[in-house]
Amino acid sequence: MSSVEVEQLEFRYGERIALRDVNFTASAGEVFGLLGPNGGGKSTLFRILSTLLPIQKGRAAIAGHDVASEPDAVRRSIGVTFQSPSLDGKLTVLENLRHQGHLYGLSGENLKLRCSEVMDQLGVADRAKDYTEKLSGGLKRRVEIAKCLLHAPKVLLLDEPSSGLDPGARHGLWEILLGLREKSNVTILVTTHLMEEADRCDRLGVLDNGELIASGTPDELRCMVGGDSLTIQTENPEALKTKLQERFQAEVIQLGDSLRIERENGHELLAQIATQCEGEFRSLTLGKPTLEDVFIKLTGRNLSAGEDE
Amino acid sequence: MTASNPTTGQTASTSPLWLATWTLAVREVVRFLRQRSRLIGAIGQPVVFWILFGAGLQGSFAMPGSEGTDALSFQEYFLPGVAVLIVLFTSIFSSISIIQDRNEGFMQGVLVAPVPRTSIVLGKVLGGTALALFQAFLFLAVAPLLHFINLAPEMSLNLSAGSIVAAAMFLFWISLGLTALGYLFAWKIDSVQGYHGVMSVVLLPMWLLSGAFFPGSESRWMSLLMSLNPLTYGVAGLRRTLVVDQQLLADYPSMMVCVLVTVGFAVACLSIDIWITRRDPAVAS
Repeated sequence: MSSVEVEQLEFRYGERIALRDVNFTASAGEVFGLLGPNGGGKSTLFRILSTLLPIQKGRAAIAGHDVASEPDAVRRSIGVTFQSPSLDGKLTVLENLRHQGHLYGLSGENLKLRCSEVMDQLGVADRAKDYTEKLSGGLKRRVEIAKCLLHAPKVLLLDEPSSGLDPGARHGLWEILLGLREKSNVTILVTTHLMEEADRCDRLGVLDNGELIASGTPDELRCMVGGDSLTIQTENPEALKTKLQERFQAEVIQLGDSLRIERENGHELLAQIATQCEGEFRSLTLGKPTLEDVFIKLTGRNLSAGEDE
Repeated sequence: MTASNPTTGQTASTSPLWLATWTLAVREVVRFLRQRSRLIGAIGQPVVFWILFGAGLQGSFAMPGSEGTDALSFQEYFLPGVAVLIVLFTSIFSSISIIQDRNEGFMQGVLVAPVPRTSIVLGKVLGGTALALFQAFLFLAVAPLLHFINLAPEMSLNLSAGSIVAAAMFLFWISLGLTALGYLFAWKIDSVQGYHGVMSVVLLPMWLLSGAFFPGSESRWMSLLMSLNPLTYGVAGLRRTLVVDQQLLADYPSMMVCVLVTVGFAVACLSIDIWITRRDPAVAS
């Protein structure tokens, strides 16, 4: 049975369509990433799955419970972290956990035990008595996740869990998440706009303009971009683009100052460009396609375009 | 590591109402105690008002229908009014915290938990009520002592056990009503700035027109507004419990009416709070 099932989900804010005909499933123990730019519909989907927005059209189920008709059963099955922190800064780590436990009906010895279990799991046991407002961003995020694990949910919904974290803390967080999946077979649904995070997921769905335009494992997605990917940084993109198109019959995608070409045996083209267009580029790089290339191929845009972070 | 089963003995999917309410109310109180500035804001300003207005206005104040030496001094008259002002300020602070909780994400965390939506209202309102009641009571206990440092005249108040219990009951229902009213506004308003507007246009005038600060005037419209203001009956009831000579309050609504209106207002506001919270599409259960 799938842990998360979404069928023909549609959502509108008035006239604006935020989600259209979104379909996907995630099975138990899977890390499923929703990749897409801000405003692509990730957060809307996320809020629907966490029972904060009503279902207008379509169907969604978590751990076998229908989101529309059994919201409380769904709430009991999910652990959610939002982008905005839900910790109370005036309370200590342990107090935050205790209140959370009460909200899920835990109390007494059982709650005490769970609190120390999740604090150990997330490596925050030594900070139990610290006010959460005094913790670093990385630690706060870990407490946040400890909080949502208290009631042993079957599915974790994490909205941009590493936003605002430095690379070290981000790495640590992912180690923990993948460890959790190993140990307790929890399904993790995570939204991100970072390629390196997307690469760690078992499967990905690419969400753009409210549509799930592709899904599959990171490797499957990369296969959508054939061969190699050639990136050219240049001062004069327009002229070079025309030249490349004419001389090499290449399909060139222009993004700001950089040009991209996908092609089999990219190294041959690289050598040709290097000799024939000398002095017209700043840098010339050849690589296996990244998820970024996939996104550009699918949408014609940079994933981080319009980002102000 | 052995994972305990956290859902043992839990068959219903919604968490117990009382446990969620209790934990949310306790959080309110703990947060309050950790923010000294809130205590100063909620109790300091009314005390200063009481001392300054009391000293400034005592010469020119005359309670209608009571002249002579038995009449209430302005400080005695104003005392219950200040207690209600403290309640009002505390309730405003707790309502503002609803807006903050929502903007900061704490509320989202509560909303995705399987808690009965009613406990979100009850936790917030009962937590705020406890704080308001505690502070107002503290003021009533401390204010008469200011006489000994010459900041206020000697007070002749009814301090029998019965009247203290009655005053506490009145303060409880007034606190509950005002906190529930504040919740009502805060639920619909998304910024603290917006709430300040409501505070100055609705809540403070409501207090001014409750007989807390001055008795009804000759003007017809003002007397009408005062008699329509539910808070008038709370202030009147509280004053009745504290004043020794009930003859002085002959023009006041009867105790019975005061109790009915105050309790009725609180229950009505609380019911509307629960209704709008359960009905909110983002919250619906």
